[in-house]
Amino acid sequence: MTMNTAAGQQAEGGTGGVVSAALSPSTQASSPGAPVALTDLSRSFGAVRALAGLSLEIAPGELVALLGPSGCGKTTALRILAGFEAADSGSVTVDGKDISRIPAAKRDMGMVFQSYSLFPNMTALDNVGFGLRMRKQHGSERSRRAAELLDMVGLTDQARKYPHQMSGGQQQRVALARALAIEPRVLLLDEPLSALDAKVRLQLREQIRALQQRLGTTTLFVTHDQEEALSIADRVGVMKEGKLEQVAEPSQLYDQPATAFVAEFVGTMNRIPGELEGSHDVRALGVVVPVHADAAAGLSGAVDVLVRPEGLEIAVHSGGNGIVTQKTFLGSVTRVSVLLSGDVTVKVDQPSVTAAAMSPGTSVQVSLPGMPVLVAECR
Amino acid sequence: MAAVASVEAGAQAPTPDAGPARKRSYPVWRWVILLLAGAYFLIPLYAALRFAGAKAFPDIFKQSGFFSAIGLSLRLAVITTIITLVLMVPTTVYVHLRLPAIRRLMEGITILPIVIPPIVLIIGVLKVAPSFLLGTPYLLALVYVILAMPFAYRSLDAGLRSFDLRTMVEASNSLGAGWRNTLWRVVLPNIRTAILSATVLTVAMVLGEFTMASLALYVTFPVWIVQFEQNSGPVSVAASLLALFVTWILLMIIVIVGGRGARRRGGSQVALFSVAQQDFSQTRGEPE
Repeated sequence: MTMNTAAGQQAEGGTGGVVSAALSPSTQASSPGAPVALTDLSRSFGAVRALAGLSLEIAPGELVALLGPSGCGKTTALRILAGFEAADSGSVTVDGKDISRIPAAKRDMGMVFQSYSLFPNMTALDNVGFGLRMRKQHGSERSRRAAELLDMVGLTDQARKYPHQMSGGQQQRVALARALAIEPRVLLLDEPLSALDAKVRLQLREQIRALQQRLGTTTLFVTHDQEEALSIADRVGVMKEGKLEQVAEPSQLYDQPATAFVAEFVGTMNRIPGELEGSHDVRALGVVVPVHADAAAGLSGAVDVLVRPEGLEIAVHSGGNGIVTQKTFLGSVTRVSVLLSGDVTVKVDQPSVTAAAMSPGTSVQVSLPGMPVLVAECR
Repeated sequence: MAAVASVEAGAQAPTPDAGPARKRSYPVWRWVILLLAGAYFLIPLYAALRFAGAKAFPDIFKQSGFFSAIGLSLRLAVITTIITLVLMVPTTVYVHLRLPAIRRLMEGITILPIVIPPIVLIIGVLKVAPSFLLGTPYLLALVYVILAMPFAYRSLDAGLRSFDLRTMVEASNSLGAGWRNTLWRVVLPNIRTAILSATVLTVAMVLGEFTMASLALYVTFPVWIVQFEQNSGPVSVAASLLALFVTWILLMIIVIVGGRGARRRGGSQVALFSVAQQDFSQTRGEPE
């Protein structure tokens, strides 16, 4: 994240990803985030259980991302926190106080929506000032503060424009400024980037994170995009069928997934047939490797071993156990697809230099390096 | 209801080919149809104008009963419009937000006044009307509210569909606005043109309605025209034409004013019944 000077920003004409360095003291010293606790939330829509006992705590100033496939209940959780939905059971507390009965308008939560949500009848400046107006902040003070927030998202030159005169990325930045203008106790982001194209998405993502860290606002970010979640969040909660599968820091989520679902939802995962030997070891690809603690609980006999593409070793080997079928160049690494015996295809990441020798049809030897692995029930 | 029929005709006439240029396969047929339709509407108007003559128009204002009749019609128009908007705007917003499933049902209900014969409607209203209204012409306003329902509902429904109402309301709520502020500052400004359109349609309907007023024995403007026709044909025809032109001018005002506002704010293009669906994805990408 680059911090441009005000002058540099002028020169760039407010391109994305710019956070102005010119923050007034009042902005910097804005309300420190409040701790949030969702406890045992359940919510059904007819026969569909959107939430089935979700519990999540967010520390003050922390950014937690809820990640999951569509229909996993992540948006429902956010909407309950926002006050747009009521939970069937469970409690929501902010700063230790139960807010279940407080209407959305009185919760002091800034929200950025997936769809463009700026009021079409107001300019960017009036949109940002709307929340302040509702807080009876008047005239010049309101304009000054709104202008300051527009400056913060690098859109001072767009102040007088109406939403339809702005690009999608600009609209979402104004929406962010609008949500932050009220100095919210909690910032709620409901897939705010999904309507944007890839480049803008990346810029705005960095901008959101930079602002959030600077202001220290407790933030819940809902997304189905794992890259987005892993790159922006302090902690990521992976959801499945209305429950949290795992809440952990991005690196831990990737390296030590708690369940097979998390392992396969986050990043790429290979499944290799194996055979449990006791509860601590598994035999696969002709070697015996240790199993992660607890991963084998309740399993026995034939299992699938879960290994990431960078967790496998591969070497050119005539008469090896696999044949290269495909190569995908990813920059510094190349992802090699190998067909193993038993009609199993695995993906292996190799430095592109090494992978150059592995053209499709090459016989290779794929092996497990002996690190602890995850196992899951066979599919 | 002569004026209402003309209103709809007037609404369509100015925009026969407003859409984007489509495949131009049978331009000849287009012109034939346009000419036929044009002749169908314009020849009677021309004939009426010839029959009335220019001299008849100033005479309208000198006729006995003219001002009381038009005064009553205008009062009824104002009252009907107010009641209609006060009833229909919150109802339609509520249905859109909370009960989207019954939108079809609403559409069906609001079309009933067109289907049910006027005599049935007026007998029904007489049965349920509060007693202090019986015997006053303002009873007609209640009938007109019912008759205006199809027009008002369709306009408002189209207006509410032209933007992302639910998200706007939620955004407004999350920023601390209660229901009053949300309705007043967020919802109403964005359906301004639809409200204008509902108003014009209602006014046009009231100014042109004959059956109910005549059945209820009140001399509104259309009733006056018919009564007057016995005495002086040309003046009565001139009065009908005047009513038609007034309605047309109202329509022009809504199209111009509404269109300008919509362009400035990038809202949807609003014609009377149709609001072009806004393409929420059109603002994607960064033209910076």
